[in-house]
Amino acid sequence: MAPGAASKETAVSKAPSPEKASWFLVSPLVLVLGVFLVLPILTIVTVSFWDYNEYNFFPAFILENYSYLLTSQVTLATYLKTFKFMALTWVFCAVIGFTVAYFLAFHVRSLPMQVVLFLICTVPFWTSNIIRMISWIPFLGRNGIANSTLISAGVIDEPLEWLLFSDFAVVLAFVHLYCLFMVVPIFNTMMRIDRSLIEAARDAGASGFQILTNVIIPLTKPGIMIGSIFVVTLVMGDFITVRFMSGGQSASVGRVISNEIALLQYPAAAASAVVLLITVLIMIGIMMRFVDIRKEL
Amino acid sequence: MSALELVSVTKAYGETIAVDAITHNFASGSYSCLLGPSGCGKSSTLRMIAGHEVVTEGDILLGSANITDLPPAKRGTAMMFQNYALFPHLSVVDNVAFSQKMQGVEKKARRARAMELLELVHMEDYSERVPDQLSGGQQQRVALARALVTEPQILLLDEPLSALDPFLRTRMRAELKKLQRELGISFIHVTHSQDEALALADDIIVMNNAVIEQSGAPQQVFNAPTSEFVARFIGGHNVMKTDAGLMAVRTDRVQMARGTTGAADEALSATVRDVEFLGSVVNISLDGGPTGDLIATLPDSRFFDQPVEIGESVFLSWKAEDAHHLAA
Repeated sequence: MAPGAASKETAVSKAPSPEKASWFLVSPLVLVLGVFLVLPILTIVTVSFWDYNEYNFFPAFILENYSYLLTSQVTLATYLKTFKFMALTWVFCAVIGFTVAYFLAFHVRSLPMQVVLFLICTVPFWTSNIIRMISWIPFLGRNGIANSTLISAGVIDEPLEWLLFSDFAVVLAFVHLYCLFMVVPIFNTMMRIDRSLIEAARDAGASGFQILTNVIIPLTKPGIMIGSIFVVTLVMGDFITVRFMSGGQSASVGRVISNEIALLQYPAAAASAVVLLITVLIMIGIMMRFVDIRKEL
Repeated sequence: MSALELVSVTKAYGETIAVDAITHNFASGSYSCLLGPSGCGKSSTLRMIAGHEVVTEGDILLGSANITDLPPAKRGTAMMFQNYALFPHLSVVDNVAFSQKMQGVEKKARRARAMELLELVHMEDYSERVPDQLSGGQQQRVALARALVTEPQILLLDEPLSALDPFLRTRMRAELKKLQRELGISFIHVTHSQDEALALADDIIVMNNAVIEQSGAPQQVFNAPTSEFVARFIGGHNVMKTDAGLMAVRTDRVQMARGTTGAADEALSATVRDVEFLGSVVNISLDGGPTGDLIATLPDSRFFDQPVEIGESVFLSWKAEDAHHLAA
């Protein structure tokens, strides 16, 4: 037997069985997800059943955290408020995101121009969320740029009070922060639409609007859905935008959790977090029922 | 039914001329093939007829109507796209019913009409599937049904067979021809395959470098190419440099003998370079010296009666009427 063949044989005999090999291959991902996703969630779920007092929390098995949370009027009001923020943000992000993506994908003909314009869309992301939010304050404030421009243009006589520290400001900031999360997946889906489909629709006598409603929107649905998942989860979990832009006047689920943590009521915060997680998962589950996004991944 | 006429139709993309003032008359109810290599302007011509490309100059007439600037759906033409362009989110029947949906035809009526066309292309059993669940040949039938649902006077086909495997290609080719005969409408078919054009067309239009090189019945184009390009592109021809200029002779009209034969009008000595057995015929590659490289196609029985070896010297001859002068 040739020496090469011999060494090959030993290499083969050393190789693990296919079953073992697949376990080895998935183990890094399992480890990462286990340590950084499953373990923290399990911890939170565990702590949500613990008891606490003013300065300490300790192992126990009580249901008071949940029973208080689920029967409180405050919880309901907070969730309704958060849903309102989410719904408004989603509507504006979807409309703006679709329009921007449509423009980029179908009106801009050359690829270099598409890339340039797309990068311009990402410019706001070069600074942090907080800075982008704070920069709205001098713009929207009582004597800010928006009000003074409107007054000098003669549109209004007195400064608009609702521009800053209001629900309007919160939704505005959300749309500003998260719109790109809608643009990117929609743009991505649109770029994959075969251009001959649009010609085929035109050949069949479809008008521009009919092409939009009968061809482009149905084919863009998976992108819209992925963008919606981003926007919905980001808005549902947000606490800092609501605090800054509402001037502390509006509540959201995220803010409730952040307040409970500030008061060292970790078990209560954990229970709120678990309820929020379940709510968001249910919402994503409902969205996935409408559109099959697997093709996009 | 009316004839389609192109009157010095030109397409320019900036400085580049894709189609240069071509004029042609497509007889009504005929099967025409636009044949040429990629980039010759055949697809641009078809897309201008379809209305998917703006005509830079010239006119397109269908019967007595000038359709040059009409939108695609108002021309009486329908297009079948190269990759079929079926809507992936719609079922087969809804794909076929699409144009009627756009016209606002009520759902039941348009589905019934779509089913009629699916029956025509033998796809009625697949009406509820989506295009992804169909094979290439099935997708093509659906695309055909979708194009025909508008009752066009002219069906435009952009390389309809290029996405199919060779076996299916031959079968679909026969079906296209049969369908055209049954419907009695004009088909204009773009292809780069001369076999396809010869098999299908009543009228072949050979294009090269944005102009029509030659057009006519398949036998006419194949037997008597008028230019070197056509002779080479249509295949089956020897292009020879002679004292009288370039000449074309079909490879199967070339006689080959070990000694000179008295019957021949022209004769030439050549050296055998290669022998290729192709089943019913044998191709013999020959070095004709100053005349250039030649091919002689012999029936296999004739070749094996008197086989020749590589390197052997032979005499080639052909009848005077088989040789055609070529424009440079």
